Amino acid sequence: MDGNGNGRSFNIKDCALSAIATGVRAHNLRELRDHMLRIHPGSIYYHFWGGLLRPRFDEREFNNDFALWLHEAHGLHDETLAERLAVVDPSEYADIEQLRFQLIDIMSDRLDESEKLRLTHADKPFEFIRSQIVVFDTGFRISSPEDLARTARSMTPSSYFFHFIDSRRRTPGRGNDFCEWLSNYGPEYSRLCDKLREIDPYFISLAELKNSILATFDDYFS
Amino acid sequence: MSDLLEQYSKVVGEEAISHLRQLASKLKGMKVVHVNSTREGGGVAEILHRLVPMQLELGFEARWEIVSGGADFYDCTKSMHNALQGNPVSIPDRLLKNFEDTNQANAEKLRPVLHDADIVFIHDPQPAPLIRFIPDHKGKWIWRCHIDASQPYRPVWNYLRRFVIRYDSSVFSLAEFSQALPHPQYLIPPSIDPLSVKNMELGEEEVRSVCIEHGIDPDRPLIVQVSRFDRFKDPLGVIQAFKLARKFMPSLQLVLVGGTATDDPEGEAVLAEVRFAATEPDIHVLLLPPDAHRAVNALQRAADIIIQKSIKEGFGLTVTEGMWKGKPVIGGNTGGIRLQVIDHHTGYLVTTPEGAALRIRYLLQNRNMMHEMGRKAREFVKDNFLLTRQLREHLTLMVALTHGAEDRIDLD
Repeated sequence: MDGNGNGRSFNIKDCALSAIATGVRAHNLRELRDHMLRIHPGSIYYHFWGGLLRPRFDEREFNNDFALWLHEAHGLHDETLAERLAVVDPSEYADIEQLRFQLIDIMSDRLDESEKLRLTHADKPFEFIRSQIVVFDTGFRISSPEDLARTARSMTPSSYFFHFIDSRRRTPGRGNDFCEWLSNYGPEYSRLCDKLREIDPYFISLAELKNSILATFDDYFS
Repeated sequence: MSDLLEQYSKVVGEEAISHLRQLASKLKGMKVVHVNSTREGGGVAEILHRLVPMQLELGFEARWEIVSGGADFYDCTKSMHNALQGNPVSIPDRLLKNFEDTNQANAEKLRPVLHDADIVFIHDPQPAPLIRFIPDHKGKWIWRCHIDASQPYRPVWNYLRRFVIRYDSSVFSLAEFSQALPHPQYLIPPSIDPLSVKNMELGEEEVRSVCIEHGIDPDRPLIVQVSRFDRFKDPLGVIQAFKLARKFMPSLQLVLVGGTATDDPEGEAVLAEVRFAATEPDIHVLLLPPDAHRAVNALQRAADIIIQKSIKEGFGLTVTEGMWKGKPVIGGNTGGIRLQVIDHHTGYLVTTPEGAALRIRYLLQNRNMMHEMGRKAREFVKDNFLLTRQLREHLTLMVALTHGAEDRIDLD
């Protein structure tokens, strides 16, 4: 299990994300759609998930950069497309390429619908940025679910990013590493996993994500 | 834990320091050199004053070197700075030759250090040509551009680009500053040091006493802009905004705090223009020495609102400083200010002196909102713009450069 040890030991990992400019910019929807055809897969990852590891304001209501740019006054300011893009859940797709084609479909449909949008140029272009992720082992090993609940208190926000969000790209069930590991224990912890899976990381900061997970552990083990 | 790291852990939490140590352990013992053109004045020098000791504590052999030159060198680099920010400045061949000769002389002086370094950070255009004069260098070289180069004057950028393309990567503060270059361009916003004299907590009595010392009434409303006297900071626009707002609040005071930097020959001319425009007694133009950090800290804390009405801005560390002190910021809608001033949350983005005047009036009449914005501003800086975050991103970049350019680097 990626991110976890052999057998029943769980290796706590951590990560750091770099943002790299691609130099690719879109000034209108057609350009955005066309760049999406060729843009580096790391860019789609960055614009969906990277926001959680970079400066952002917590009250932000859109959870991916494409939707946000469509929404913003300095962007294209098209609420219809902003809403359609905002509900795309990247973990529903087998890989980045399937996600890419879904986004292209949604954008193409909107281009067909709206003549006005075909002619609209944004004041502020969309800057495609790609990510580079560095993953490292913290050296901490977890030997039991109770130990996980205790050690989770000292994990960094970026470690939560790795085990709870990045995991959606890595694990067979597109879930989080905690539940993947807990499933080794059979059905005993399925109720805990159900609760963990209910935590929606899209609209909260990593600090809030950590608090939610810790509260879930506390409820379960108390 | 070492003293410095322990002090930071009290501000940012032990987890963040632990994260830094974990990352640094993968690079321990590396020789890291930073090069810029001044030890005092300006945001770059301020960052390096603390970043380098932090890197030392994390186990690196870190050094900070400067390049120096004569008046022609600084005239040339100031023109380059202006040109990168979009001014159509022609630089005479004589100055460009001096620029290259000065770098060659500095390269000879610094060769033993730079040749053997594992990682070299070259800050801004002044030392950019060094790489050409040490072609057999051993390590990875990074050009760090702190300037808003979103729309550079092309002839000057094309000249500078000849040097920049030799680097292994470059670093810009924002994506819109990035250029067509044949290497990865990392995006790393700068940061402030919460423990520095400029940003540490100060007592109320000290804040009042600094105000009184400079002829400012601590009991009347105050707006403050801290910046070099530079046209891109639009000090004349700030004075215009103040005059417009003061019509509605006659007790309002303005402080323009500036310093001089050894690499900025234009400052005196701009200062003279500012003094000429500052015709009212409640406009205080303060020229403070580069080490007057405690006084600047006190003035920022004394302010009701921080202004940074730049028309071009690489990042705007004075914005970060003001926000860290719990102040809302009225900032020019440009460059890195946009990354920090979240409109209606941590302050307001404006494009004209009239817009700045409107927001000054609005905030001073809505004090609860002003304080709430200040609170949010401080939290936003704590989460995103403190030195530990920048150091983490530097370490990530160093890992990436020394472990290959894959999207995913697993250090296990």
